[in-house]
Amino acid sequence: MAGRPDGGTTRSREAKSGFLKPWKLPAPFLLLLPTFIVLAAVVVIPLLLSLYSSFTPFRLTRPDTIWTFIGLRNYERLFTDWDFWVAFGRTVLLLTFALNLEMILGLGLAMLVEKATRGQRILRTIMMFPMMFSPVLVGFQFKFMFNDNVGLINNALQSLGLTDRAIPWLIDGTLAFIAILVAEIWSSTAVFAIFILAGLMAMPREPLEAARVDGCTPWQTFRYVTWPFVMPFAFIAMTIRSLDIARAYDIVKIMTDGGPAKRTEILWTLIARTGYSDARMGLANAMAYFAIFLSILFTVIFFRKLAQARSQIGAEW
Amino acid sequence: MAPVSLSKLVKRYGSVEVVHGIDLDVADREFIALVGPSGCGKSTTLRMIAGLEDISGGEIRIGGTVVNDLPPRARNISMVFQSYALYPHMTVAENMGFSLKIAGKDKSVTEERVAEAARTLGLEALLDRRPSQLSGGQRQRVAMGRAIVRDPEVFLFDEPLSNLDAKLRTQMRTEIKKLHAKVQSTVVYVTHDQVEAMTLADRIVIMRDGHIEQVGTPEEVFQRPATHFVAGFIGSPPMNLREAVVDDGKLAFGEDATLPLPAQFRDRVTAGQKVVFGLRPDDLYPSGHGIHSGEAHEVHEMERTVSITEPLGNETLVFAGFGGTEWVSRMLNPRPMKAGEPVKLSFDLSQAHLFDAETGRSLRV
Repeated sequence: MAGRPDGGTTRSREAKSGFLKPWKLPAPFLLLLPTFIVLAAVVVIPLLLSLYSSFTPFRLTRPDTIWTFIGLRNYERLFTDWDFWVAFGRTVLLLTFALNLEMILGLGLAMLVEKATRGQRILRTIMMFPMMFSPVLVGFQFKFMFNDNVGLINNALQSLGLTDRAIPWLIDGTLAFIAILVAEIWSSTAVFAIFILAGLMAMPREPLEAARVDGCTPWQTFRYVTWPFVMPFAFIAMTIRSLDIARAYDIVKIMTDGGPAKRTEILWTLIARTGYSDARMGLANAMAYFAIFLSILFTVIFFRKLAQARSQIGAEW
Repeated sequence: MAPVSLSKLVKRYGSVEVVHGIDLDVADREFIALVGPSGCGKSTTLRMIAGLEDISGGEIRIGGTVVNDLPPRARNISMVFQSYALYPHMTVAENMGFSLKIAGKDKSVTEERVAEAARTLGLEALLDRRPSQLSGGQRQRVAMGRAIVRDPEVFLFDEPLSNLDAKLRTQMRTEIKKLHAKVQSTVVYVTHDQVEAMTLADRIVIMRDGHIEQVGTPEEVFQRPATHFVAGFIGSPPMNLREAVVDDGKLAFGEDATLPLPAQFRDRVTAGQKVVFGLRPDDLYPSGHGIHSGEAHEVHEMERTVSITEPLGNETLVFAGFGGTEWVSRMLNPRPMKAGEPVKLSFDLSQAHLFDAETGRSLRV
């Protein structure tokens, strides 16, 4: 380049700014392009496609129905569909019960483990055991335990003389809901316990001592000092678990499959049934989009609470 | 407003005993400082008084009542912690009023007391802030406000100024002194900083390895240290302490260096006895630069060579070798002096200290 006459450089510059330019993308864009392509292929396009299909009467059995555009009719049907709202309500109910009970139990567990002076590592590991099992297996296990004939629970209750009949755990609607709740809580209380334990362990000791000197009873120390500090950690666990339960499917699918007679139907068992068994994928997608709003709503609420709690304790993270 | 008394107080962690049966009486409204190097048991002692540590043996009385088994909240004490220990989620006002809220005091009473404490400590403008928005000095002031608001019988301070920078520390020291003059409570103050102890306390308790070495006023512990540990701990720069052997009216140091045996100790030692000789830098000065005029004193002059100097403006510390070790002397109204220069040093032996090398106890009358 150094030896070239001035005219040569000018000409090559002209050539660049001429018809060659459209082919030369800027380097940053070029380097990000693979990511864009992959993301588009695995996320954006399927998402848009499913969104589009929720505006069609698409059935898996009749592929050409995807080309029929029916506007918001699927959504209109949802709003008047009693089964959908019952499933929706049941999901919210499951979410409420499970989150609250898991938080109380997790808090208790975390505080007990934190008190342990010896073997805390082992206890922490043991505490996480339930999370190491596949939810499907947890479902099978609890399905067996709650079985009205051969199940462990009825057997135990009968041997203890607490009842002499076979309690229809997985058949009665309310009892089945409780059974599912128990399985859900057993498998995931550790999430709360781990987060709250992390909070307890990160907590400075001195404010607790200051509270004791300031005249607090152990309960007051917990209520006014420990809990405000641990709260943000509990909210993180809440966010994670609310997303988890809002998309709950596996345990319910195995234990009751939404039955009997839709008595334990929750959002995703209903969506899966509508999409695959009834093959009404368009309607199922409309339901799914609606369900996602539920998740987003909970996430927003908890994140807001989290931010509030964090600024309250002056956290630097 | 209550006396505190410790008798035969013992603290054990498992089989390790860290406080070995100490006795101490703190008078009503007295400001007492516990000093000593880290690990000497001073903080543990304070925490036992507070009720944050169990007592393994002995007895603690506050205002005449045995408090051994009372929880901290029943002892009517306030404590200021080294790390401030403020409640991070509460505002300054809430922090200060917390103990009253817990005690179920009327809201207007709480507000009044908080406002008054805030005025005393200059915190009025900060009442709505949270601790994370305050500087270190402000946080410590809030911690003190929290203690005052309770109006306790005894204030306990656990190294309250250690986390502050030097300038702020001096300032807060003055404030604590003013505060004590104002609230007139009994204070037990733990520090590892002898200057804090000297400037603040009515009496100083010097602790070492879980024992009390000496209890006395700042003057007493400075002028008449009971042990050579106290002698070395109190005073800055520290006292020159050197091992010596008594030999025919003389003290023999290493390398054939000797000093005359100070007159007041002549009858108190025997030939061949191993002792520790102590002389403060103030009492070892380049001739003509000391505090005392030489005549009434037992001054021994000696020609040495300056090894280094540390000029401090109003005075210069001059280091010179003697008996195989470096001795530090203090030159008031300093003149320029360089390393390697010869210097005539005055040893004021009337001010010397002599300790038994075995027991470490002072041989003074």
